[in-house]
Amino acid sequence: MFDTLTDRLGDIFGRLRSKGRLSESQINEVLDEVRMALLEADVNLQVAKDFQESVFSRCVETEIHKALNPAQQVIKSVNEELVSILGGEALAISFAEKPPTIVLLAGLQGVGKTTNAVKLARWFKSQGRNPLLVGADLQRPAAVEQLRTLAESIDVPVFSQESDPVTVVSQGIEKARKTGRDVVICDTAGRLTIDEEMMQEIRQISDAIEPHYTFLVVDAMTGQDAVNIAESFHNQLALDAMIITKLDGDARGGAALSAKSVVGKPIAFASIGENIEDFEQFHPDRLASRILGMGDVLTLIEKAEDAFDEEEAKRATQKLISGEFTLEDFLDQMQQLKKMGPLENIMGMMPDLPPGADPSDVDESRLVRMEAIITSMTVAERHSPVIIDGSRRSRIAKGSGTSVQEVSSLLKQFKEIKRMMKGSAKPRKKSKRKGANKRKKSKPSSRVKQKSHLETPDSGTTGEFDLSDFGTFSN
Amino acid sequence: MSRISKEISKTRNKFSLFSKLQKDRKLGPDFWTEAEEMLIQADVGVKTSRSLIVKLKEQAKEQKLASPQELTTCLKQNLKQILSSSGRELNTRGNPAVWIFVGVNGVGKTTSIGKLASWQYSLGVQVVMAAGDTFRAAASEQLEEWAQKCNSILIRGGEGADPSSVIFDAIEHAHSASIPLVLADTAGRLHTKTNLMDELSKIERVASKGSGTVAEILLTLDATTGQNGLEQAKKFAAAVDVTGIILTKLDGSSRGGIIFAIQEEIGIPVKYIGIGEQSQDLIQFDPDDFVEALFDFPLEN
Repeated sequence: MFDTLTDRLGDIFGRLRSKGRLSESQINEVLDEVRMALLEADVNLQVAKDFQESVFSRCVETEIHKALNPAQQVIKSVNEELVSILGGEALAISFAEKPPTIVLLAGLQGVGKTTNAVKLARWFKSQGRNPLLVGADLQRPAAVEQLRTLAESIDVPVFSQESDPVTVVSQGIEKARKTGRDVVICDTAGRLTIDEEMMQEIRQISDAIEPHYTFLVVDAMTGQDAVNIAESFHNQLALDAMIITKLDGDARGGAALSAKSVVGKPIAFASIGENIEDFEQFHPDRLASRILGMGDVLTLIEKAEDAFDEEEAKRATQKLISGEFTLEDFLDQMQQLKKMGPLENIMGMMPDLPPGADPSDVDESRLVRMEAIITSMTVAERHSPVIIDGSRRSRIAKGSGTSVQEVSSLLKQFKEIKRMMKGSAKPRKKSKRKGANKRKKSKPSSRVKQKSHLETPDSGTTGEFDLSDFGTFSN
Repeated sequence: MSRISKEISKTRNKFSLFSKLQKDRKLGPDFWTEAEEMLIQADVGVKTSRSLIVKLKEQAKEQKLASPQELTTCLKQNLKQILSSSGRELNTRGNPAVWIFVGVNGVGKTTSIGKLASWQYSLGVQVVMAAGDTFRAAASEQLEEWAQKCNSILIRGGEGADPSSVIFDAIEHAHSASIPLVLADTAGRLHTKTNLMDELSKIERVASKGSGTVAEILLTLDATTGQNGLEQAKKFAAAVDVTGIILTKLDGSSRGGIIFAIQEEIGIPVKYIGIGEQSQDLIQFDPDDFVEALFDFPLEN
């Protein structure tokens, strides 16, 4: 289920690649797939529909269909839109002038309020504060007990008593004042949004203590109902932010997007594990990729964008075509590739790898060794490898900690790449430049071929998915 | 009116798909989209919803169904059929019969045990509870309160004790005291945590070696869960021999539509549903009721 969007988009990209331009109906075709992915990620139906519409009009407005690699641009817009919705304004917690700062936690049963109250207390503690936890969940058997046990592990005091929740929180705050605690976190009973009585009760609590912050705890596994849940709580309590829990599972967490769309308040924290320290401030970009279920492709687009300087790539291409490509340029390109992260990962990110290609076959260490070899050369050697004779080879081998054979094979490979690069320039007018007629047919290994595409981002002759598709974003 | 429909009509009385479709005399082009969207909104999932609609279209052609009413009835029948296949009775064979409750965190395992225990208690059946959740702070205290309410024996280990051995001890205790039923709690665990799922397999293995019979392994599933419910069911079923599902929290506004995909893809039936907070609010699952309630789903927007 997780790879379906990547697969489907791979198909669409495959069909669209040759066209270069996207019609409006094709944009919608891509967006239909995106909507499917959103629904499969439990984004609320209405939220998904609205989302599709807004991305569509954005795409049309920005004339995305005229852009290079338009299909990917659509996906990029989708991701950007998603990140901007999920992110929006971050929550900057300010502290009450007259302590304590009061935080109220609300949410359905079983979402993890009690655990997250303690996690939040730990976070405040790490910010140099002195929190007090108030156990106002007097419904669930042993809830206060659970709070006490967990709080003990992080050395934060707990206040609770057997009365009614409103009294407990009010007294808790009083206690915090007296004991110099500057943050009070109130854990409340889980409730059903449709249970009027219970919703009224939490409202009473809220009215009584007037919290500075009210957080809704949302389970990442929630389905379509997330919208109703968030809406009901927001109506009663005026939420300030949300905490999303159980993100350490494999739920895609569309509930967060649904809730965010309804409430319009930031998701401040994410709970990412069972341990108290598995709690962090929320990263909208991570969740956006996860909801789309195509994180890897997006990462790849981004990484390629980050790592590849288009101008530089063009320069390198020019050099190649004109036969001026040196080992130094080769080293540059290699370093650019490395900036994108472990090769194995990059290979794994590609939606349609040539059949038989196994990402785990990539030998990262070879790249490192190649780099070592080139850096052990003198500048003169890098510019004209022909001068590298036997004694230079053995010096380079010693300097780089490799063998003479490896140095020789690298030089051979470099020669082959150069020859092939000139070959790939053939269909373009530029091939009339000098050096082009020296081209020879060669059958490079698939790895060299892949790299060659990297270096000719606008060669326009590639039949397969390749990284150069990502290297030419116009923006 | 069935109890589940009653619970649901308590929620909100917006117009339902059913009533909306009934209003339309003729079959409009929107019918198919609306029906599919209704299913999606009930967490049935895109894939299952689509295949249901495709099937309905075929039936419409074959059987010449033209009115929205006929089609709605047909769709309901198809849905009921998916759920109708298997038995709902909880197996009480064994001396003692052992029911192990598994599921992710916060779905209501402990509460379901408490409800089942008090139901058995009301029938005059004595039970032993095993506090197999040795991870969550105060989990056994929570069970203790239930045990006191329904006068049953609770076997517990220390915090962090091996859950397998706690459950094993409970089985042996029940056996020697001739108590016919053991309800074993386990710690909530996300299905993606391999080591915790391995621990669950071990619990099943060890419990099977006891004097009783592991008669049921019940996956507790929160009705608010979306598409991840299917993954949960798959992973739990891979780790232990899940015999049925307890669908909890159906008293909210969520519909639990994921059970169709679970039934179709893994073949695990829903046996009981939780529809309220009281101890009698755990009732046997009835597919007809469930499907009817699904169609009372309030259409948003």
